[in-house]
Amino acid sequence: MDIATDRGGPGTPLLSLDGLTKHFPIKGGLLGRTVATVRAVDGVAFEVIKGETLGIVGESGCGKSTTARLLMRLLDPDAGKMIFDGEAVGEPRASGLSLRDYRRQVQMVFQDSYASLNPRLPIEDSIAFAPIVHGLSREKANERAREILAAVGLAPAQFARRYPHELSGGQRQRVNIARALALQPRLIILDEPVSALDKSVEAQVLNLLVELKAQFGLTYVFISHDLNVVQFISDRVLVMYLGEVVELGPVDAIYDRPAHPYTRALLASRPSMDPAQRRTVPPLTGDPPNPVNPPSGCRFRTRCTHAEDICAKAKPRAVDIGAGHIAACHMADAGSGHSQAGALA
Amino acid sequence: MSAALKMDTPAPLVRVRDLNVTFMTRDRTVHAVNGMDMDLAAGEVLCILGESGSGKSVTLRALLRLLPKFARVSGSIEVAGRDVMAMNGNTLNDYRGGEAAMIFQEPMTALDPVFTVGRQIAEVVQRHEGASRAQADARALELLELVQIPSAKRRLAAYPHELSGGLRQRAMIAVALACRPKLLLADEPTTALDATVQIQVLLLLRELQQKLGMGVIFVTHDLGVAGEIADRVAVMYAGRVVEEGPIGPFMAGPLHPYPTGLLNSTVHGNMRGKVLTTIPGAPPSLATAPTTCSFSPRCGLAEAACDAGVPPMVEAGGGRRARCIKVAPG
Ligand SMILES: Nc1ncnc2c1ncn2[C@@H]1O[C@H](COP(=O)(O)OP(=O)(O)OP(=O)(O)O)[C@@H](O)[C@H]1O
Ligand SMILES: Nc1ncnc2c1ncn2[C@@H]1O[C@H](COP(=O)(O)OP(=O)(O)OP(=O)(O)O)[C@@H](O)[C@H]1O
Ligand code: SF4
Ligand SMILES: [Mg+2]
Ligand SMILES: [Mg+2]
Repeated sequence: MDIATDRGGPGTPLLSLDGLTKHFPIKGGLLGRTVATVRAVDGVAFEVIKGETLGIVGESGCGKSTTARLLMRLLDPDAGKMIFDGEAVGEPRASGLSLRDYRRQVQMVFQDSYASLNPRLPIEDSIAFAPIVHGLSREKANERAREILAAVGLAPAQFARRYPHELSGGQRQRVNIARALALQPRLIILDEPVSALDKSVEAQVLNLLVELKAQFGLTYVFISHDLNVVQFISDRVLVMYLGEVVELGPVDAIYDRPAHPYTRALLASRPSMDPAQRRTVPPLTGDPPNPVNPPSGCRFRTRCTHAEDICAKAKPRAVDIGAGHIAACHMADAGSGHSQAGALA
Repeated sequence: MSAALKMDTPAPLVRVRDLNVTFMTRDRTVHAVNGMDMDLAAGEVLCILGESGSGKSVTLRALLRLLPKFARVSGSIEVAGRDVMAMNGNTLNDYRGGEAAMIFQEPMTALDPVFTVGRQIAEVVQRHEGASRAQADARALELLELVQIPSAKRRLAAYPHELSGGLRQRAMIAVALACRPKLLLADEPTTALDATVQIQVLLLLRELQQKLGMGVIFVTHDLGVAGEIADRVAVMYAGRVVEEGPIGPFMAGPLHPYPTGLLNSTVHGNMRGKVLTTIPGAPPSLATAPTTCSFSPRCGLAEAACDAGVPPMVEAGGGRRARCIKVAPG
């Protein structure tokens, strides 16, 4: 099994997505006909730069996990293009990359450390499983599994033969990370990887992720609802709302100068950590609308204090407001007709 | 000494002394709560903080006598001057949902899917207060308005699954408040909510607590949530309170090494590019009752004396207390 290497060169994005869409039909009635459609991911476009950590945040149900599963190709997109290091994914023509080759270079770590491991396999065998499937000898695969266990801070002599139930939550999550590393991927998608862990253990796993990334030259897509964790780990941050990208940019630009009203409200909703400075007014009222029937125009307009007629009529364009900081709000777009248009640029 | 413990002050709303809870099943024993002491003044908000498995939920359930039969429970629990451990049958039913009510992390477990929200609230009012159907229905509407559910009148007829997560959580709070409890127990009620909805529900709870003068015990593992809502915090580790005191000084600098480590390892944005401080190791299994400082295997300050016995609670002044031999009495 050979190790996948850089093909497109440093300037080519590792992954590039355009118009990525996934709608889930909701079946109902006696005949099981489609009665509605959940527009889980609706025309999402972004790039993952080689060597970066791209954080994804947004409210529950906004499509983060669906995006992750599309990136992993655990789900087939209804529409959209995926290009991995210059090669179209799933189009095994001269210029394409077969799904099998793609999947080897992209791995995923989920929130639930327990559910993703086989309870009947010692963890060493769980880690060695995929490399064996991909043609490595058992001996070589086990050797690699032990190396990776050491890399994630689990001494092989002590842990290799343990079963998942003999580990703590933090240790299990280390095993999941080890398993993702076993195929020597280039991109790892982490969907809420520390959300189920205690704070004291969360810090251990985050340190580990930072270390492994440097050691193995990895690229991360890191999904979390914890805005502090995302700020800590990300180079760039993507903000989703109801299946769409509303803002994307360097981490400091997003956290210091959030442009989209939703991003501003989300960041302002973080508890203050200072009992003398408690919040008195919630930054945002109401709940996110139903993705079956998203509002016309800007999907955030039903909760936005700046909404005007144009926001219901036209979908805001994604506009670059400086140095790769992109926002999809009519206020960011000088020509949109919003009374505060251009105010954000 | 905390004000609530002084002889001349009125009896606290909640007084727990030497609470022990042990679960014994065929294949394992868990010493979940090990000599827990706790006081709550009327109208006070106490946050219980602690890692997973430290006994937070078991403590709340013990306060409502909701533990399974095979749990061995000892110690004393008094709420509003009544002996909760001695309650049974009707007294217990009157107490649950009457004097003390509970809200949970997942509202769907607390709300009945086959009845409308309005009916469920009215049901509680009828059962506990002997109100007529019409009075109870009117009260249900009042309660939905109290928890700021928009178009409350229309929502009375909604089934739980027809509401969003945030509205469901509000509906559950309305059910809990139906009989004007003196004590509200909340087990991570905002943990499953989005940041934007979580802050709405926290602000609502704080407002209601002040308006109704309830005592609240709020379990969370999120220091930020405690910072938004608590008057006082109690930090649990391995089934015991290891530190307790007013929220302000606690957030400025805990006394005990465990919460100190917890605060230091909580990720802030300004830690970018730095290696995070961690607490090495993992909490004890609790298969046997702790006989030493339970935190000593993970503690950077530990010495032989820490394992000589369970450290006593040290009064550090200003209503602050901690179970650590390194804490100076004040
Ligand atoms: N297999 C499915 N069938 C139908 N609907 C689905 C399916 N998977 C996801 N959805 C819906 O798609 C939307 C997006 O879900 P997704 O899991 O991607 O959200 P998320 O951003 O990851 O949320 P969370 O923060 O709660 O994990 C939601 O409305 C969800 O209910
Ligand atoms: N019904 C039960 N039977 C057996 N063990 C139990 C039972 N309920 C709780 N325990 C055990 O008691 C200990 C304390 O559990 P508890 O639910 O109070 O933890 P917690 O502090 O609320 O944690 P979390 O933050 O994960 O909710 C745990 O070890 C748990 O496994
Ligand atoms: S486009 Fe309009 S509704 Fe949408 S965020 Fe901007 S101002 Fe608000
Ligand atoms: Mg998700
Ligand atoms: Mg609990």
